[in-house]
Amino acid sequence: MSVFIIRRLLQSVVVIWVMSLLVFGGVYLIGDPIDMLINPEADQEDIDAAIRALGLDKPITEQYWFFLINAVKGDLGSSFIFNEPALQLILARMPATMELAFAALFLSIVLGIPLGMWAGLHPNSLSGRSIMTGSILGFSLPSFWVGIMFIMFFAVVLGVLPSGGRGETTEFLGLQVSFLSWKGLSYILLPAINLALFKLSLVIRLSRAGTQEVIHQDYIKFARAKGISEKRVILVHVLKNIMIPVVTILGLEFGSVIAFAVVTETVFAWPGMGKLIIESIDQLDRPVIVAYLMIIVFMFIVINLVVDILYSVLDPRVRLQDVKA
Amino acid sequence: MEGEIPTLAVEGLKTFFFTKLGVAQAVNGVSFTVRKGEVVGLVGESGSGKSVTGFSLIGLVDPPGRVVEGKILFRGEDLAQADEDRMRSLRGRRIAMIFQDPMMTLNPVLRIDTQMIEAVRAHEKISEGDARIRARDALVQVGIPSPDERLKAYPHQFSGGMRQRVAIATALLHKPDLIIADEPTTALDVTIQGQILHEVQKLCRETGMSLIWITHDLSVVAGLADRICVMYAGKIVEKGKISDVLDSPLHPYTNGLIGSVPSHNRRGQPLAQIPGMTPSLLNLPQGCAFHPRCPRAGASCLVEPDITEPAKSDHQVRCVNPHLETS
Repeated sequence: MSVFIIRRLLQSVVVIWVMSLLVFGGVYLIGDPIDMLINPEADQEDIDAAIRALGLDKPITEQYWFFLINAVKGDLGSSFIFNEPALQLILARMPATMELAFAALFLSIVLGIPLGMWAGLHPNSLSGRSIMTGSILGFSLPSFWVGIMFIMFFAVVLGVLPSGGRGETTEFLGLQVSFLSWKGLSYILLPAINLALFKLSLVIRLSRAGTQEVIHQDYIKFARAKGISEKRVILVHVLKNIMIPVVTILGLEFGSVIAFAVVTETVFAWPGMGKLIIESIDQLDRPVIVAYLMIIVFMFIVINLVVDILYSVLDPRVRLQDVKA
Repeated sequence: MEGEIPTLAVEGLKTFFFTKLGVAQAVNGVSFTVRKGEVVGLVGESGSGKSVTGFSLIGLVDPPGRVVEGKILFRGEDLAQADEDRMRSLRGRRIAMIFQDPMMTLNPVLRIDTQMIEAVRAHEKISEGDARIRARDALVQVGIPSPDERLKAYPHQFSGGMRQRVAIATALLHKPDLIIADEPTTALDVTIQGQILHEVQKLCRETGMSLIWITHDLSVVAGLADRICVMYAGKIVEKGKISDVLDSPLHPYTNGLIGSVPSHNRRGQPLAQIPGMTPSLLNLPQGCAFHPRCPRAGASCLVEPDITEPAKSDHQVRCVNPHLETS
């Protein structure tokens, strides 16, 4: 197990390094931030001074080297716009995004698995078919449009839920969270559903496919032949088997939930990392873009590692064992 | 034995599968009895309806199949009329089943103790600790070494033979009156097969339970069963004492089956085959379903034959032109 983790960590370092090259190069190609940053009426002398101040006069290789040295020290540069360390800027907005992502993940699991299993157990019933049709809609409707429709319906027409923002938050373990107050919940509900919609459809499909496969296995028939209750057959024998693919996929997808909360955050004006990155791209705030992408890569790596370990907990056949002495 | 209620009496059992392509008559009027402590072999090729018969008995036929007609009298009670709750209380407690593939019958993600203890507690309100002791004793009974340790293992940590022993131990937990064994040794090595057969025979003798052994392998039932039913296309074509049927088969199909078992006595001679293959259950031949493959078929075979009256002899056959001359 420990050998496995050490090897994985070494691989991760290489992945992060390659990613830094790609990100740095890519952002450099997008455009020159100076045009965005400087007053159009400034004279050439001011412009040159600004370029020098930001270090943009140096060749790209030197800029990259400088970035790399600082990154190893934990400094991912300072925002051109806010003049604050990019890392702090992002981390300050991370709890909001994480809360939204966890809320979405929670919804996908508690709704997706039961709905998917129901559809798998009753594939020809009206309810089963409706669930599957619904999941196709969840897959194919564009997230931003659904978000806007939510706002239209619940905030404008019915006026029961707020249209955006985060509202007031409660302090919990030193973090500002929404889910502990009714008011906060009313703010997070729509964005969470909006963000969950795609994952929810995915979980429904996975659970249904898993259920249909598992239900015909001999071990289910054998379990029934033992005379145990149908409830236990479904909730223990079937559920534990379909959890393996669901956990794997959800774990891997969790990174993308965080990364692509961008759209939902923009639509609902949710003050998270996604909203920050969109603004930074607009203004070509290179250090923030680079720092954001590096953080996302790092999160993906951590999540993958956690999924691998979780997977071995769920499936005894792949359980990683230390070699016995 | 006369007058005693048999453990199981199946009368005119019909189990049909209602598919989009038509109705498959998988089990079409099967009747047989299993007395207390008796081993009955149910023999036939793939698709002859022998497994479906087994599943019909414990009410576990997969949809779109269902029992449409007939009686399944288990100690006098008709299971064809029993509701699901009643069936569940009988399954595993009074009637147990063992399946063909030991690799597939144990849930891969649950430990052996979980799977055995739940089987005990499905029918008896006893503590988990007591249930564990029962499970442990059952493992000892089927010859599994260090049972306490093995209880904590997962199915993939067992060999095929050991898994089948675990399945048998699970079936034995409630000391059932009847065990239905659906080709339980087919997927095993010959040596393991021998061990399991020996074990099962011993257990039957010790506990006095009845056994239905479903197989396509005549050589397996030859040494195990008291009586044998040969099935073809959903019907029993011949039944009787194992010695009667194997020594003087009456039905050409049984004769063909016996002929296709390799034997030392006929060394060097080409192995006899039954030409053709089992007919589709959706489209059975007219009359006797075996006649297109039968070497003795004649015009009279186009009319469905009835099975001979049990009054005449215990050895019954469903054929208009049986091998009487050889017996």
